[in-house]
Amino acid sequence: MNIDSGISAIKMAPRPTSQFVHKLHIDVPLLSGLLVLSGFALIVLYSAGGQNLNVLLRQATRLGFALLIMLAIAQIHPRSLKRYSPPLYLLGIALLAAVLVIGAIGKGAQRWLDLGILRFQPSELTKLSTPMMIAWYLTARALPPRFGQLVVAAVLIGLPTLLIAKQPDLGTAFLVAASGSAVLFIAGMSWRYLMGLTAVCASALPALWYFMRDYQRDRVLMFLNPEADPLGRGYHIIQSKIAIGSGGLYGKGWLHGTQAHLEFLPERSTDFIFAVLAEEFGLLGCIGLLAIYLFILSRCFYIMVQAQDTYSRLLSGALTLTFFVYLFVNIGMVIGILPVVGVPLPLVSYGGTSMVTLLASFGMLMSIQTHRTLLPG
Amino acid sequence: MNRLSHTPRPAMEYRSRWRFLVILMVTATIALLGRAVELQVLDKQFLKTEADKRHQATIRVPAYRGKITDRNGEPLAISTSVKSIWVNPGEFDASEQALTALSKAVGVPAKDLLKRLQARAHRRFAYIKRRLSPELADQVIGLGLSGVYAEREYRRFYPAGEVTAHLLGFTNMDDKGQEGMELAYNDWLQGIPGSKRILRDGKRRIIEDMNRSRPPVAGRDLALSIDQRLQYLAYRELKKAVLQQHAKSGSLALLDARTGEVLAMVNQPSYNPNKRTGIKGSVTRNRVVTDLFEPGSTMKPFAVACALELGLYRADSIIDTTPGQMRLGRNLVRDIHNYGVLDVARVLQKSSNVGVSKIALALPPHKFWAFYNNLGFGQPLETGFPGEVGGRLPEYQSWRSSFQQAILAFGYGLSTSTLQLARAYLALANNGIMPMVGLLKKDEAPETHRIMSAKTAVNVRNMLERVVSRDGTALQASVPGFRVAGKTGTVKKVSAGGYDSHAYLSLFAGMAPASRPRLVMVVVIDEPSAGEYYGGTVAAPVFSRVMGEALRIMNEVPDQEETMPLLTAQQAGAM
Repeated sequence: MNIDSGISAIKMAPRPTSQFVHKLHIDVPLLSGLLVLSGFALIVLYSAGGQNLNVLLRQATRLGFALLIMLAIAQIHPRSLKRYSPPLYLLGIALLAAVLVIGAIGKGAQRWLDLGILRFQPSELTKLSTPMMIAWYLTARALPPRFGQLVVAAVLIGLPTLLIAKQPDLGTAFLVAASGSAVLFIAGMSWRYLMGLTAVCASALPALWYFMRDYQRDRVLMFLNPEADPLGRGYHIIQSKIAIGSGGLYGKGWLHGTQAHLEFLPERSTDFIFAVLAEEFGLLGCIGLLAIYLFILSRCFYIMVQAQDTYSRLLSGALTLTFFVYLFVNIGMVIGILPVVGVPLPLVSYGGTSMVTLLASFGMLMSIQTHRTLLPG
Repeated sequence: MNRLSHTPRPAMEYRSRWRFLVILMVTATIALLGRAVELQVLDKQFLKTEADKRHQATIRVPAYRGKITDRNGEPLAISTSVKSIWVNPGEFDASEQALTALSKAVGVPAKDLLKRLQARAHRRFAYIKRRLSPELADQVIGLGLSGVYAEREYRRFYPAGEVTAHLLGFTNMDDKGQEGMELAYNDWLQGIPGSKRILRDGKRRIIEDMNRSRPPVAGRDLALSIDQRLQYLAYRELKKAVLQQHAKSGSLALLDARTGEVLAMVNQPSYNPNKRTGIKGSVTRNRVVTDLFEPGSTMKPFAVACALELGLYRADSIIDTTPGQMRLGRNLVRDIHNYGVLDVARVLQKSSNVGVSKIALALPPHKFWAFYNNLGFGQPLETGFPGEVGGRLPEYQSWRSSFQQAILAFGYGLSTSTLQLARAYLALANNGIMPMVGLLKKDEAPETHRIMSAKTAVNVRNMLERVVSRDGTALQASVPGFRVAGKTGTVKKVSAGGYDSHAYLSLFAGMAPASRPRLVMVVVIDEPSAGEYYGGTVAAPVFSRVMGEALRIMNEVPDQEETMPLLTAQQAGAM
């Protein structure tokens, strides 16, 4: 406790406004970071979406909705979060199974569950419920996890991952696996096991190759050598690199990115929006975006360090790490150091589902931060 | 033990994990930034160029090629708008269906199309069919096949076809002059192609005409000295004669005696410049300026003029040509008959080789050479016509014998083109003054050189009038109502190893009306083989027909009193 108290000594002076905000369970630095990021995102999206005000409005509406969800979740005490973890996890598995069954009937890739009013993507739920479940499972046991517990955890992670991979949605499956594993890592899984796991994964790669669909194999091949088929499968990556590179230090200016506006750049308002940003705002824009991300991440990190119980600590750490993996995989893909995986740029790409999930996770972090008791006890 | 150690351990583990996390994130962020720097700063220029290459393009907009007209503004060469079909092989969907549709529309077998597309599979451009009519091209585009485009071009059309083929030459697929006046004046005619800066999007749609576009500058028109009516006339008569005489080829040059402008310039055989597939190079030669020959007896008037000019002879000076031959060293100069004693005028009238040789031998070589040289023999014409040759006149220092001097007088031992010979006759027609010969319409007085005195020129002209008479060699060159002056030539052709005794060149060079010449014409018929071969019987009739019609077209007033009543009666009868 001595160690912890040194960190928790850094506290905000109790002011009327912060009192009020605190009652609403809002973490002001985190919210500010998120708002700055979303604002910047909307500016880039306006350009990437062909200056379509409708696109902008729809995204802004989604953002508002997601922020409300975030605030709602922030009101839930971490205790309750912990308690709801197992049922939420089971619900996620059930829904994934349902999607697969319906998909089998409807043929082709099936990721949506049509609930009549809105279409819901159960894999998004598992992005949250899986780390929650692992955190719940490990909290009840002594840390660091032993081998047996790791096996159980691996099964708990593997189940949703495989179900999602079967849809097939490799990107989300990867993210779910990453978020679950992040908990194990935070929980102090020994380096020996970690190395062993890495080795197993590496040796499983050829097997994975065997199970991959053709288009997935293509993506990997294209990542390795995009110039092999510049007009076909390597097109995305080449166009994206060209867009980024032609932006230079200061960029071509907002709304002046030729690659993006002349429709050379594919998926430019979703997965490849970073390329638009890089083309129009240049290296400075990239640095700016990464700075905002780093600010948010450092705040999340701070929340994790400040967390008062194991469950909160594990969950916040996993969510932070997942958020980072998100942005690293996306940017890495767009600038050509990782293969093309369908992962959006967190909070910037056009699209609602991932935004709701992400802000829900930030809601949990806010909950963890704002439900702390001032004195341990 | 277990319980005791439990509490502090996680904290320790967390700390190391956190440190690891921070390091991981910072490293990863640095990796991303490093890559961004690499792309945006280090590779920037390369990638920027790549980007520009993808969406900016400069399209060449062809310039309208100026038209070529005759002296009266009649079009001889005009450019019409056509469209060429091209395909971007990368975009073209080479399905059976698309191929057949395209093949049918452009009239190229599907197999050939496929071959062409495969050959250029890695390019972005392949011509499928060039120079279609705009209507047909629009139909092809109307098929809506992806990757098929039309490009505007100009196609050259020559309304007079084979009549002006040698004169005008032609242009190639890219509208560049290849021969004739099209080549000589290519820079004048072609204009400056414009360019269109365009932006293309990922689907190859053209989005924007940027300000950097440059409109094409149309080429300028070119007015030739040619009179299309005379050109047609000359061509018709020459072609008829070459056919009748079973000749190998023929050329004819018709000049304005006062200005030196070429009014007609025709050759046989000819070709259709509008449809040139399979034509041979020899057919496209403008023989009037590119082919050299020994002018033979058509040179005699100049030798005589030189003698008169130097005051060594007069028209009535007596020359004894008996016995119709003359030995000069080891060589023999011969006449067809023994003409006996002749005056200078009758030497020309009878075309006596012996007579003219005697005159020539009396001339100081350097004066004789200078006279020929001034007349333009051995000198380029400077019309600018491609392939034009200057002929050969050996310098007097190199004359090795009196024989060589003698034969120059009757047109052997030197070579000339048809147009050069016609130019020399300009001096006789124009009272001793020789204007520059040109193929362009002249608006101002031509540059001239005085070659001989007016008196000499008139004298020689009078002698040449007597050639075109019952007692001369060229009665058939006469034109009713007009006085004609001229000289025949029948030249043994040179072949390997000496003069060929069976191959002749039939020439006639002359002018009319002889009292105040308006037109000068040279007719060359190469190797007539239908029996006749004398200039007076092969070339002279062509001269007569063309000259007669030409004088009528040009509204020349007849100057021959003897036949006047007859003509007037005919005209009255016709009315």
